[in-house]
Amino acid sequence: MKNIFKIAILGVLGLFIQSCGNGGSSDQKSGAISGNAAERVYVAPGEHDEFYAFLSGGYSGNLTVYGLPSGRMLKEIPVFSQFPTNGYGYSEETVPMLNTSFGFVPWGDAHHPDISQTNGELDGRWVFINENNTPRIARISLEYFETEEIIEIPHSAGNHSSSFVTENTEYVVAGTRFSVPYPQEDMAIDEMKGNFKGPLTFIAVGDDGRMKIDFQLKMPGFNYDLAHPGRGDSHGWFFFTTYNTEEAHTMQEVNASQNDKDFIAAVNWKKIQEYVQNGGGEEIDAEYAHNVFDHSTQTATTTMENKVLTVDPREVEGAVFFMPTPKSPHGCDVDPSGEYIVGNGKLSTDLTVHSFSKMITAIENEDYEGDAYDIPILNFDSTLAGTVKEGGLGPLHTEFDGKGNAYTTFFISSEVVKWKLGTWEVLDRQPSYYSVGHNMIPGGNSRKPFGKYMVSLNKITKDRYLPTGPELEHSAQLYDISGEKMELLSDFPTHGEPHYAAGIPADKIKSKSRKIYRLDENEHEYAATNESETKMVRDGKDVHVYMTTVRSHFSPDNLEGIKVGDKVYFHVTNLEQDFDVPHGFAMIGANTSELLIMPGQTKTITWEPKKVGVWPFYCTDFCSALHQEMQGYVRVSGQNSNVPLKWTLDDEEIN
Amino acid sequence: MRSIPFLMTIVLLISSSVLIGCKDNTNDKGGTPSATAEAESDASSNRGQAFIDDDSENPNALRLAMDSEDHTTLVAAVEAAGVENALVNVGPLTVFAPTNAAFDKLPDGTVEDLLKPENKSKLAYILTNHVAPSNYPISMLEKNLKKGRTLYMASGENVEVSQEGDDIIVGGAKIIGTVKVSNGWVHVVEDVILPKK
Repeated sequence: MKNIFKIAILGVLGLFIQSCGNGGSSDQKSGAISGNAAERVYVAPGEHDEFYAFLSGGYSGNLTVYGLPSGRMLKEIPVFSQFPTNGYGYSEETVPMLNTSFGFVPWGDAHHPDISQTNGELDGRWVFINENNTPRIARISLEYFETEEIIEIPHSAGNHSSSFVTENTEYVVAGTRFSVPYPQEDMAIDEMKGNFKGPLTFIAVGDDGRMKIDFQLKMPGFNYDLAHPGRGDSHGWFFFTTYNTEEAHTMQEVNASQNDKDFIAAVNWKKIQEYVQNGGGEEIDAEYAHNVFDHSTQTATTTMENKVLTVDPREVEGAVFFMPTPKSPHGCDVDPSGEYIVGNGKLSTDLTVHSFSKMITAIENEDYEGDAYDIPILNFDSTLAGTVKEGGLGPLHTEFDGKGNAYTTFFISSEVVKWKLGTWEVLDRQPSYYSVGHNMIPGGNSRKPFGKYMVSLNKITKDRYLPTGPELEHSAQLYDISGEKMELLSDFPTHGEPHYAAGIPADKIKSKSRKIYRLDENEHEYAATNESETKMVRDGKDVHVYMTTVRSHFSPDNLEGIKVGDKVYFHVTNLEQDFDVPHGFAMIGANTSELLIMPGQTKTITWEPKKVGVWPFYCTDFCSALHQEMQGYVRVSGQNSNVPLKWTLDDEEIN
Repeated sequence: MRSIPFLMTIVLLISSSVLIGCKDNTNDKGGTPSATAEAESDASSNRGQAFIDDDSENPNALRLAMDSEDHTTLVAAVEAAGVENALVNVGPLTVFAPTNAAFDKLPDGTVEDLLKPENKSKLAYILTNHVAPSNYPISMLEKNLKKGRTLYMASGENVEVSQEGDDIIVGGAKIIGTVKVSNGWVHVVEDVILPKK
């Protein structure tokens, strides 16, 4: 490891030496930053970036939105984690988004964003992203840039080979990385082998985006690591890398590397879809949450589901096959034509590329070298299209440029390598700083990549930026891949730990981005759509405050009659209907968060006053010239007081 | 895009050329940005908030004035004084907008004199005496009267509100029309509200 860093440091030094004084020539190899790199990532003030990039936030649980080529962060979208910045996961409306069969889970580990597709091309309707820890899949609207739906995946654990969409977003697919008892039961861990299962879950996506688990494929108890759908001729198939086919239950770092080859599982989902449509499969008990955010009521609801359809792969003739793939393959990537399936053997120096058409021939010829739990294993040589030799050390992931080239990341040798589909020859290599995980080319996992830029998402930051103590954000690098050689253009810090990312030309979505929520479409149960509707209502110990905001006051702004021990619900509606005029709401001592309320929106936060007194609340967003004046008071009386409810604005009672 | 007055275009051209000039320094990390990347930036946000299409049902105060045939003198004065941004920001603000006829009531030559570059700050002062921070619909002005509150203008002066019959008078100028705008309110007045100073 040390040597690698030395080499990397030398590389950095070399890069500085080369770039000083060469001003302009752009054809150096090995990491030289060409003279006009700054110009090529420069987006002038007021100009927009050419691409959106959606980077998973990893252990932040969220999704961050960047512009490319500038590398500017545009937004963080809360998905699986509470987000006090705008009240997501704290507001009454959004708490249900984080419900699971384990109860309310305030945090998640977000991994692989994937943009919805039509005919194998990015259509820009939604981004899906998986939660690895408490298995869930989320759908994020690209009109609102908000999480609209989260579905829990039952019987799964370590939801890693997810959330990849099929060519027409028929399905979003979620595979389990950790095999587990299926269904869960109390059993000895060392009895894992043969008893644990690795379910692969196919979630149907409706025209409105709504997700519904169609079926779970009960696969042998291997670790299902990553996946990608077929496209073109291979549309209808899905491919999953596996490792730990040894089914080791302890010290996997040694025990899971005993087999020379693991598998890529090839799943003909069209066959299984047909099978379940004809009544195939077995409905079994399950417990999982399905959380949906409704934009008209602006409120999320949780439905607990209790059944799932399970399919034994051996019951569906010709539906599932294993392709032997060397050295614990990680990334499972399919080229834009759908012909090549790349297995990135992470403990190898080589990449194994399978051919879809050869796979079909081998299946027709029953060209098997054995079986695993009665699932046929195809002959390795019969499906092999080629091997990319000596690409580097520790290959992880591959993306495509649509011009016949593939780009693979190498974690151990810390580089990205460009190679040619069909000839398998290595064309170029560039260092990454440091130890790249995923890479991303906009559309690079679809039928139509936009092969202009590539982002490397790196696992180790070390000295890339000004030091900020022991804990660092991860680094990303932007490469221009439009020419024969890759050119490193820039380097920017990310947020959390981006695993995968998804990019799309800005023109495909920017005109659809909403500017406000329309007040006349607000059907929130507790909305007050004008000041005359604002009021207080007591229901036992609960007090509901129907409140509005507008530049630059709250209505009401003085509230009395609240007692210690009450639970106060502040339902705050922002009456503004202009672009980018949010108001905030913060209450002293609230054990929740603030609210950030966009024009036309209603959000609710609770407050349980503990002390007698007169307590202020205020607007947290510098909304207007009179923002500092935007405040109010709540009078809190003793538990046994008789102070009546009273709500006023400008000392006048409202309605 | 609605018509942009010539004067404003000139202002924008001048400011964008300043932008270009600023970027002509060399980059000590190696490499010189070439001229091609220089932002011949026509990005709408560089032209100010007045030009953003914000999906609002109401125009902002400046847009409203620019679209009004009765306020060409006011718009010319706003441009000459360079206070456009004061009328397009998030506010909230209430603008008392004198009509062309109101300006015509001033002594001969007054407007021409104020429009001269050397009188820019004087003109700006007069104009800001027509803008009150906060929302003052008629109902709020009536309340001001009832509660004996004066109207604080952006110039720093406090202006009296009075009533004659059904008419509301602000600083001696009668309100003859009211429009809700995206960043506040515009009251059309039939006189210029002359500052005390």
